[in-house]
Amino acid sequence: MASYKMHLLVCGGTGCRASESAKIVEELSVEIKRVGLENDAQVLTTGCFGFCEKGPIVKVVPDNTFYTQVKPGDCKEIIEEHILKGRKVKRLLYEDPTTKEHIEDSKHMQFYQKQIRIALRNCGFIDPENIDEYIARDGYSALAKVLGEYTPQQTIDIIKKSGLRGRGGGGFPTGLKWEIASKNKADQKYVVCNADEGDPGAFMDRSILEGDPHSIIEAMAICGYSIGATKGIIYIRAEYPLAISRLKVAGRQCRAYGLLGKDIMGTGFDFELELRYGAGAFVCGEETALIRSMEGFRGEPTVKPPFPAEKGYMGKPTNVNNVETFANVPAIILKGADWFSSIGTEKSKGTKVFALAGKINNVGLIEVPMGITLREVIYEIGGGIKGGKKFKAVQTGGPSGGCLTEKHLDVPIDYDNLIAAGSMMGSGGMIVMDEDDCMVAVAKFYLEFTVEESCGKCAPCRVGNKRLHENLEKICNGRGTTEDVEYLKNLGKVIKDTALCGLGQTSPNPVLSTIEHFYDEYLAHVTERRCPAGQCKALKLYTIIADKCTGCTACVRACPVAAITGEKRQPHVIDAEKCIRCGACFDKCKFSAIHVQ
Amino acid sequence: MNKIKSIDDLRKMKKDLEFGMNIREKSNSPESLVQIRVAMATCGIASGAREVMNAMIEKIEKDKIPAVVTQGGCMGYCYAEPTVEVKVPGKDPVVFGYVSPKVAVEILEKYVLNGELIEGIIPTNYQSINQ
Repeated sequence: MASYKMHLLVCGGTGCRASESAKIVEELSVEIKRVGLENDAQVLTTGCFGFCEKGPIVKVVPDNTFYTQVKPGDCKEIIEEHILKGRKVKRLLYEDPTTKEHIEDSKHMQFYQKQIRIALRNCGFIDPENIDEYIARDGYSALAKVLGEYTPQQTIDIIKKSGLRGRGGGGFPTGLKWEIASKNKADQKYVVCNADEGDPGAFMDRSILEGDPHSIIEAMAICGYSIGATKGIIYIRAEYPLAISRLKVAGRQCRAYGLLGKDIMGTGFDFELELRYGAGAFVCGEETALIRSMEGFRGEPTVKPPFPAEKGYMGKPTNVNNVETFANVPAIILKGADWFSSIGTEKSKGTKVFALAGKINNVGLIEVPMGITLREVIYEIGGGIKGGKKFKAVQTGGPSGGCLTEKHLDVPIDYDNLIAAGSMMGSGGMIVMDEDDCMVAVAKFYLEFTVEESCGKCAPCRVGNKRLHENLEKICNGRGTTEDVEYLKNLGKVIKDTALCGLGQTSPNPVLSTIEHFYDEYLAHVTERRCPAGQCKALKLYTIIADKCTGCTACVRACPVAAITGEKRQPHVIDAEKCIRCGACFDKCKFSAIHVQ
Repeated sequence: MNKIKSIDDLRKMKKDLEFGMNIREKSNSPESLVQIRVAMATCGIASGAREVMNAMIEKIEKDKIPAVVTQGGCMGYCYAEPTVEVKVPGKDPVVFGYVSPKVAVEILEKYVLNGELIEGIIPTNYQSINQ
């Protein structure tokens, strides 16, 4: 085995691959050969580093040099300067946004300093397509420990004691879920991994599957042993081709090593795994709908009880857990329940992965201990709001969640606190909004999503959400009244109380929480016909400031509906009746004479 | 590929494979390790810095010394190349000059493991790693 002195880790996640990271791997390898260092330095493709904002990422170890926004053309310089001569390529290093200093290694980046990586422990660290690297990092040791030392009940007790709760959003205690499934007797039971990640802007599960697929397989086998199931199924959306291909590779390697199949590691335990592809319906992330979909029916939820733990897939006891939940399991088994429960808050243990998105400087994937505050996440890890704008709100929990505002910035993030604040943990999407975002429009966006994704089985969700959406549209178009806002509130509550499944019951949350926290903004829309953020097109009023207008007629030529009139070299006027608020005049005017309200 | 037939098989396999990951594991916690930086600019390489680095890495791997070797640029002591900077946790960095592969091993055995100073130290008045 060659002994390498340096490893160059190139991110092979979906984000960085879209910016040619595969080509970077190729180029780096070619350059290393060219300078004759192929026995000293090794190039590897890894999973996501989380710092997607500045991808593609190339990390050099052992000195932890963190190169950002690398292009295939930079590879020659990296190899010649850094690998051959030991001089870091300064222009590719991450620049701290406040101090403007280049940071030489990832240990000193604020983005990583507050993170604790458990579920993402191997992402950006190992080659996900090489089972040997996983094994070298204690991979499958947790399974071996469980099979060799613990009874199924002991294993369940460890998970229970750790305080791990479902990371898909609901936060149900995982150990308890396993226990219920284990107590139900049947000739066949199933372990299902829910990889039907559907929240807009969320990519936690995808990154785990792409960066560390073996951890999910191992955890599912551990779960299978605990509840008495010999079959595992991963339900994954077909839109995740890279995650699917990495899972397939991982499955093949496991079978070759005998880590899947009959008599695993000579212990007599059998476990098989298969993949099922979802067509990307949001509702299929709800466990009963997911099971229906796997059975070949339409993805529609069923009434609970019976819970899947009693009658799930094919009528057999089934345990469904989310990807991130599973990713925590091997670490808990190896390091112990006490270690895991020492991290986090009283009722929410461990860490949570969030996908930071929206108007934030460091868009990316982070894993933080429960109990961290929003302020730390947004201003320290996230690097603050883009363009120095003012923070307005953060949406957590996707279409099922709500908005948190400035007054929630110092609330410790955990399951219960977020619910108390009118939102929810959800699967971990975190969309940051600044002063330019209209909260009514945000609520409308989420409702649009829910209306589209409603399966149509129950009337509250199918009809109710449509009505909510129509009402929001009306308000955004400047035709709303205060009664409409009251109507939204009442209808929202009715839907919450009467919808069949979790999707419907939570779908009014974005509306209700924005009304609660941004009532003034709704009022401005319906009473003053004004959008405070200036985002609602129909409420914009374009006028020309006579003092600034030189009468150059550029706007007249730009206007598609001939709403602007005036003599040459004289101030012009806009006919508000004709104006379609396209903003073409605003873009064209060189004298800032167009005023938008 | 051989099947893993028992739990001991897996343990043995992990032991064999660990080696390849060492360099990455070490990079996870550099502050708790002895950090060794070999000057690898043109002057260093011309005087044999690469051989020195290889000798150190081999010794560290063989004796499982808790140290991590990285390469650095020119420190300005071109007359004394190859130079090696050693930072033991909690101590100021020390720079050794005129290092040959043989001296490199000696640095590890005497200075890193036993704290004895050896010939060839360049007096320094600067701070480097972690600055």
